[in-house]
Amino acid sequence: MIPLNWYLMLAAALFALGLFGVLSRKNAVAILMGVELMLNAVNVNLLAFWRYRAPTEPTGTVFAVIVFAVAAAEVAVGLALFIAVYRRFNSVVADDIDLLKW
Amino acid sequence: MTAMQIIFLITAIVSLFAAFRVVTTPNMVHAALWLIVTLFGVAILYALLSASFLAVAQVVVYIGAIAILMMFVVMLTRREMRDRGPQTGRQWPWAALISLLTFGGLAWMLEAVGLPNAPAGAVPESSIADLGRALVSPNGFVIPFEVASVLLLAALIGAVYIAWTRRNA
Repeated sequence: MIPLNWYLMLAAALFALGLFGVLSRKNAVAILMGVELMLNAVNVNLLAFWRYRAPTEPTGTVFAVIVFAVAAAEVAVGLALFIAVYRRFNSVVADDIDLLKW
Repeated sequence: MTAMQIIFLITAIVSLFAAFRVVTTPNMVHAALWLIVTLFGVAILYALLSASFLAVAQVVVYIGAIAILMMFVVMLTRREMRDRGPQTGRQWPWAALISLLTFGGLAWMLEAVGLPNAPAGAVPESSIADLGRALVSPNGFVIPFEVASVLLLAALIGAVYIAWTRRNA
């Protein structure tokens, strides 16, 4: 069988890659892709713990379903914001969007 | 080395490589395509964890909706079909350092605690039915479920309002 450690290591690596994308990318859509990678890593963790600790309880899967819903809402609003920003600034590069920078 | 372990390792290598390409490739359309590969790898992991409903939902929601939406927005927000110049900011070595430290810390912590090597028992046959009942049962998770529905409705209305074209503005 696959040890639980393998799943958690993979999720940690996926999370670190997503974090790198969020911190280093210039394009705002690419930053959102990094956030998606991190949310997926969290979901892998949730489901791995559900399978290895309490597979008879539906709690772990319910938590993952809620994370799905929140991720879908976040992406919809985020991408709508980027389209609005693109209309205004003609760019989605995070450095150019500095209207609120003080 | 059992067959499950080999499948897991192949999936892990492919999805991690795809995730690496998502955050490093200069071409945004390619990044969206690599993102689809990573999401598919995660769906395979869900199937290996016997979370069949979540594996299907991953393909439908993430690949079918979110990744395709990403690709549309990438195409809508470009002045030309070519990405020019470096796509990472000047501070990317710091970003790499922070992510490596995060991974190192998590890996060290995982090595330090004792974790089970085998799953706890079998997933019951009725796990999908149990999930459905738990989501709408008053003793289960009906309030988080309804809150998630309201959140999705609010996100839908908000997304339409924000991206609306005002013709006379």
